[in-house]
Amino acid sequence: MPNNSILGVFAKSPIKPLEKHIRIVNKCARQLHPFFDAVKAKDWDRAAKMRKEISQLEKDADALKRQLRLELPGGLFMPVDRADLLELLTQQDRIANKAKDISGRVIGRELSIPADLENDFFKYLARCLDAIDMAADAINELDDLLETGFRGREVDLVEKMIHKLDEIEDDTDSMQIGLRTGLLAIEKDLNPVDVMFLYQIIEWVGDLADLAERVGARLEILLAKN
Amino acid sequence: MDILITHGPMLVMIAAIVGFFMAWGIGANDVANAMGTSVGSKALTIKQAIIIAMVFEFAGAYLAGGEVTSTIRKGIIDPSYFTDIPHLLVYGMISALLAAATWLLVASALGWPVSTTHSIVGAIIGFAAIGVSMDTVVWGKVGGIVGSWIVTPLLSGVIAFLIFNSAQKLIFDTEQPLRQAKRWVPLYMFLAGFVLSLVTIKKGLKHIGLDVGTVEGYVYAVAVAAIVAIVGKFFIARIKFDETADKQSHYVNVEKVFAVLMVITACCMAFAHGSNDVANAIGPLAAVVSIVGNEGQIVKKAALEWWILPLGGLGIVAGLAIFGHRVIATIGKGITHLTPSRGFAAELAAACTVVIASGTGLPISTTQTLVGAVLGVGMARGIAAINLGVVRNIVVSWVITLPVGAGLSIVFFWILSSSLG
Repeated sequence: MPNNSILGVFAKSPIKPLEKHIRIVNKCARQLHPFFDAVKAKDWDRAAKMRKEISQLEKDADALKRQLRLELPGGLFMPVDRADLLELLTQQDRIANKAKDISGRVIGRELSIPADLENDFFKYLARCLDAIDMAADAINELDDLLETGFRGREVDLVEKMIHKLDEIEDDTDSMQIGLRTGLLAIEKDLNPVDVMFLYQIIEWVGDLADLAERVGARLEILLAKN
Repeated sequence: MDILITHGPMLVMIAAIVGFFMAWGIGANDVANAMGTSVGSKALTIKQAIIIAMVFEFAGAYLAGGEVTSTIRKGIIDPSYFTDIPHLLVYGMISALLAAATWLLVASALGWPVSTTHSIVGAIIGFAAIGVSMDTVVWGKVGGIVGSWIVTPLLSGVIAFLIFNSAQKLIFDTEQPLRQAKRWVPLYMFLAGFVLSLVTIKKGLKHIGLDVGTVEGYVYAVAVAAIVAIVGKFFIARIKFDETADKQSHYVNVEKVFAVLMVITACCMAFAHGSNDVANAIGPLAAVVSIVGNEGQIVKKAALEWWILPLGGLGIVAGLAIFGHRVIATIGKGITHLTPSRGFAAELAAACTVVIASGTGLPISTTQTLVGAVLGVGMARGIAAINLGVVRNIVVSWVITLPVGAGLSIVFFWILSSSLG
């Protein structure tokens, strides 16, 4: 890149990497589904393999996060506030970390989901992953938002998505309450320490949806300033 | 005095060679600025960009380059001061050319952005104010030129902001951006064609013996603009669109429409650049030729010699052909995050500003208008990220260019005048 031309003025767009990051994060969280399938089948080898994949994707997301932070030095003039963008990135990254924590904890204790709760648990997990999907969709609108200069129709569309994301998160909250009640009913037949950890896993899976909602909230702040 | 008669042809020869060298430097150095955005946004291939640049730079230099030339030739310096010492003016102009060309070469080699306009203006002021006397410089005129360096980036920034905002309102922020793009893009083409042909008709056709009346001028300009728009529409109709018309791809299709527009604005930019910057090379040359031709008489009204403008145009084209390729290739490799819809706004604004300013006869800096325009699009929130550090470096290099150009030209002037007497 010769700096004797006007083109040096164009810095690398932060938006494309940000979209790529949420795609990796989403892929990472999606792996929880096959992971819990393996757990359900008590196939710990396969579960360990899935856990490795989750861990690798989390590392990829981390690397991209670091690169993005370095690519956004102070002297950039951007249509969105730099601090907001970096905050959004941090929130996105937390989703991948949480997915890794969940898989790690389950593998570490070889913790299986009680048969009575299995059905509900898988529904609950799927719904939480839906929330991440929705967040990723909203983030993927960023480049179109740039096209329209963060104005008008496109903003309304993203606002609708964020609203939908909030609804999904509400769903997961009520599902979580149901799961806890179910666990309470059978907990005296289970190993008490396992029960403690089951409560924790249920909570952490719910956190995935919470974090996705927070990504939406951050995106909303980004738009509100414009 | 005798020196001009005995060495006249030789001096003209030297001036012509150095002028050609300067024009060559302008072609090599500024092509990146004039064509870079089109190549960067993938609207044009390198080969196409070079061909367009050659044709339109030459056309701009030849058809609309006369006006600024006269300012460079006799606006900055008060010629009445040199009535008794015309040979010093000849030496000075040759030194100024040599200084500006040298500085361009050094800066390009080191990869610093410099403005060709700044270097030649600085060089002329340098030899006149220090080498001869402070009174020889028309400081009022110089003030106007320096003032224009602040006003023109602002102006082109505002124009770019408005153009890009209008594109957002009319095209991007609508239900069917693609349909809107097909409808409105020809209008932008019309605008580009109109501004350019109007300036050419009003300012440029005089010296090739065509004088057009005001009303006629507007009529012709509208006609040319309409032709441009119709041709553009034809090409837009021929684009193959991604038929999977989901939301994901429709902005991609819109950008394809803008790519056609980008080709037109690239032509405008090359034309504008040629018309404005050729003067930096041939202004001093024209002064030398006129003094030597009149045997030391400094005449107020001298017509430009017929061979001077083409020489400058050819010089720019030669610079493009030999070096432009390499410069543009480097740009093509550097991933620029610039889409045709933004590039067009920046280029059209810069081109408009340059041709308007050239019409007033002020030598302005093409680089500056383009930087102003880019910042304007950025202000309209159209560019993902602008590197302010690079902007600062460009500004610093503009400031440095003036004293360096002046210093070099003083040195060359002393060498010349002491060796030739």
